[in-house]
Amino acid sequence: MLTSKTYLAKSNDIAARTLGDETIIMSTIDSTIFMLNPTGTVIWDAADGNTPLSRIIEEKVCAEFDVRVEQAAEDAQQFVDELAAHGILVVSEEPISPQ
Amino acid sequence: MGLLDEMNQKATAQGIPLSAHLDITWRCNERCVHCYLDHDGKDEMSTDEIKDALRQLADCGTFFLVISGGEPLLRRDCFEILEYARELRFNVKLKTNAVMIGAKEAARLKLLGIEQVQISIYSDRPEIHDAITKLPRSLRRSLEAIRHLTANGVKVSISNVLMKQNAASGKAVQQLAKEMGCEFGIDPIVTPMLNGDWSITNLGISRQELEEVFRTEEFVGHVGEFCAPISTVDDDVLDGYSCSAGHTLAYISPTGDVFPCVQFPMPCGSLREKSFREIWYRSEALTELRSVHVRDLPTCSHCGHAAYCSRCPGLAYMEGNMRGPSSFDCAKSEARTGIPSAWQLSPGYATSKFVQIRLV
Repeated sequence: MLTSKTYLAKSNDIAARTLGDETIIMSTIDSTIFMLNPTGTVIWDAADGNTPLSRIIEEKVCAEFDVRVEQAAEDAQQFVDELAAHGILVVSEEPISPQ
Repeated sequence: MGLLDEMNQKATAQGIPLSAHLDITWRCNERCVHCYLDHDGKDEMSTDEIKDALRQLADCGTFFLVISGGEPLLRRDCFEILEYARELRFNVKLKTNAVMIGAKEAARLKLLGIEQVQISIYSDRPEIHDAITKLPRSLRRSLEAIRHLTANGVKVSISNVLMKQNAASGKAVQQLAKEMGCEFGIDPIVTPMLNGDWSITNLGISRQELEEVFRTEEFVGHVGEFCAPISTVDDDVLDGYSCSAGHTLAYISPTGDVFPCVQFPMPCGSLREKSFREIWYRSEALTELRSVHVRDLPTCSHCGHAAYCSRCPGLAYMEGNMRGPSSFDCAKSEARTGIPSAWQLSPGYATSKFVQIRLV
């Protein structure tokens, strides 16, 4: 469950590149490939370990896309859960130091 | 369509160099009889120059990076370069003969998240492998390295270039790869040296041996399907390109020279004079290469093999004309299907001579 104190950081076990407004990510653990759409890319770019997800949603996602905060939070939960399950995103209730 | 295909299509449409091959040195501790490189170590890029090249590639959108040589581990900064490449979040494959990889190096490669280590093994018999590499005990050392790598969970791919000396080694090396938990790939063609020397191509396997390779289920999958001629050469084929060289793939030599591919010695520019972006988007050579569709190839556009031919424009370039046929690929198509290519049927075929070129 995502809370206002959820922090996200990119895992070290990935290769990633943003091409235009999409991002390609490959896990170096199992070679799973992900392609993030523009909304996912905004969250990915902002996942610096120090910015709470709630702020990313309000200041980045809702500012760039025509979406309500509640809807964006729901979509973000699914997005974060999926990437975290594959070890692509590190999720913590506290700020995350660079690995 | 899979994600990789989708990504490649987008990269082609947007002109993004999605893949890059960077040779960090041409020096090598082996002297493989079929190697297409000389082993000149002059004027190699410094660590900082290589890091700058990597930053530029990342800025231009490169995702897949092959670091190779020569033997890349001969450079003392090899791990520093690999580490920097991973910091920039490249998907990194390392091509090496692995003789300098021990337990410590294997663990370090795992820690760095290297996607795959690619190693050439020419035979399961030391007297054959070592005679090709001209390095005593090289088979034993490479196999030891593979064991260290796989024990650390690093993915390894074994590739086997077939030539006269090891023409019958394919299945045994494939079995070895299977036993060691490695991927396996086979290459039945010995290509000319980048400096224009064609003499090593005499080491290539015979036409009959090539046919045997293409009729071996273990190598090609369903033989009937693989060898069946496909005659449909439609607009999709004619509007397409021969390969990704210069479209989504770039090669950078140890001296910072940019080419479309490691097998395509058409100079496009030097990183010591221009930025990668400027070379990639403004080089006249690359612009010309990108203008060539299959329908623009005077001979190959009329060839029945066009739909599946692996025509290498780099080899065609080395034969004198990047719009021309590549005799190696004509031979492969013929061996595969039993049907001669348009070029092999042309009046000039019997008397054609290779034009030799040199790197400038």
